[in-house]
Amino acid sequence: MPGITREEVAHLARLARLELQDEELDHFATQLDDIIGAVARVSEVAEQDVPPTSHPLPLTNVMRPDVVRPSLTPQAALSGAPAQEQQRFKVPQILGED
Amino acid sequence: MTVTELVPYEDALASYDPVMGLEVHVELGTKTKMFCGCSTELGADANSQTCPTCLGLPGALPVVNATGVESAIRIGLALHCEIAEWCRFARKNYFYPDMPKNFQTSQYDEPIAFNGYLDVQLEDGEIFRVEIERAHMEEDTGKSTHVGGATGRIHGARHSLLDYNRAGIPLIEIVTKPIEGAGERAPEVAKAYVAELRELIKALGVSEARMEMGQMRCDVNLSLRPNGTEKFGTRSETKNVNSLRSVERAVRYEISRHAGVLNAGGKIVQETRHFHEEDGSTTAGRIKEEAEDYRYFPEPDLVPVAPAREWVEELRGTLPELPRVRRNRLREEWGISEHDMQSILNAGAVDLIEATIAAGADSAAARKWWMGELARRANEEGTALAELPISPAQVARIAALVADGSLNDKLARQVIEGVLAGEGEPDAVVEQRGLKLVSDDSALGAAVDEAIAANAAIADKIRAGKVAAAGALVGAVMKATRGQADAARVRELILEKLGVEG
Repeated sequence: MPGITREEVAHLARLARLELQDEELDHFATQLDDIIGAVARVSEVAEQDVPPTSHPLPLTNVMRPDVVRPSLTPQAALSGAPAQEQQRFKVPQILGED
Repeated sequence: MTVTELVPYEDALASYDPVMGLEVHVELGTKTKMFCGCSTELGADANSQTCPTCLGLPGALPVVNATGVESAIRIGLALHCEIAEWCRFARKNYFYPDMPKNFQTSQYDEPIAFNGYLDVQLEDGEIFRVEIERAHMEEDTGKSTHVGGATGRIHGARHSLLDYNRAGIPLIEIVTKPIEGAGERAPEVAKAYVAELRELIKALGVSEARMEMGQMRCDVNLSLRPNGTEKFGTRSETKNVNSLRSVERAVRYEISRHAGVLNAGGKIVQETRHFHEEDGSTTAGRIKEEAEDYRYFPEPDLVPVAPAREWVEELRGTLPELPRVRRNRLREEWGISEHDMQSILNAGAVDLIEATIAAGADSAAARKWWMGELARRANEEGTALAELPISPAQVARIAALVADGSLNDKLARQVIEGVLAGEGEPDAVVEQRGLKLVSDDSALGAAVDEAIAANAAIADKIRAGKVAAAGALVGAVMKATRGQADAARVRELILEKLGVEG
């Protein structure tokens, strides 16, 4: 039976740099476990002869020619940034990485 | 922090067998990014080449660059890889602001090319086969600038500034299988592999592969196992080793460092390491995340890539002669040694010499000018040979003027100087600077007579049969004509006038 443990949820939260309280971990672990369990029922129905799919449409090779299209102006690109400096996106100090 | 004692390289090799894995990222030279139509032109204003797709704005959808896929397939074919009949992109999730999407679009377990090899030639001519695990398509990240802190490094930085112009530029990551059996030549094999790969990428025309510009970057994985054992040791991954010399040094350093840790009874930590150009050392970076921590999953916004076999075969037909095969062919045509060819390759002169010969010069002259005077000039100015403002056709013309006796080497150097200074074509420089070699007897005769008259004692010696003394008179004539006399003709005239047989 697939599922997710409280420890796995805590690990995922750390990878996503989300600070979750103990009760939130319990809460999300239960919810995510329910969701995974529900989705897992698909594999009970699908037999070996059904290939896994990542896309609902039977399409392949959708490509575009290597031709430049106009970009946003820097002002437009930065318009949603909470902070900016020197025409760049300004982000807080990055911890735990080097 | 404990300081590891480095074991001298030879001692490390006496006990341990190195195993390497090399990951090379090549930035493709496409006009647009991998998944959107933003320009990849260098040197643009910060954040002037972004769009909703490469900024990861909600609702934006990526579309694959056809030339990016084509380049990936051609690289795969040149590396003797199989090309996937069907493959997908995957999201590599990680928390870092260099990708505004918070994931990198890459390929995971379905690379477009896999199972190949590249034969590399070592300095002594030995061929070493490096097996290729895979080559896959992905995208580059944005550029971070860390503000605050002493050194511009991330430690102590107060905040970081992001320019996303580079985010989304197509990358091909080429991964070797574990390279075993190189032994003490491991550093040389690593360098030769990266050098050969760079030549191949350039020959394919898919990237300029300039390492100093970050267009090609290498990560070096290395582990040691006791001699005579099979099981691989724990590896370290030295990131962003960005010159051929550095690749060699990083491998060497890590062999010495690993041996030091192991000899002291310690364990190698599986981690990324930073390479330092200044002293060739490496220092610890972050502990490597497990692949599962990247939570790879198939990219739902892109449909699979399924290259038709006819297309793959058509692309196979566009492959150039392999650089190593071409070098060996040219080496034989030019009649030179492996060592000379290596020097020419290192100087970046192979294409220039070939083009100069194609423009009519003989191979000895073409090599002489590019590897002599021009290499010296490039070195003085700290520029690449190919960047000098003189073309192979112009060098061939100068060589022709030397060959037909219009110029001697000294005058030819002055013509080169004129061309480099922007004075025009070689013939125009000859004309303007008045550099024609003087060889007609009437013009030379007077200078010869003067030299004989001014050096009566030497002239007597020559008359008495000491022909070798003629050199002094030739020198006097050359001086009087400021080097523009045909020295061979001058010598003949001197002997003739003094009634001596040459």
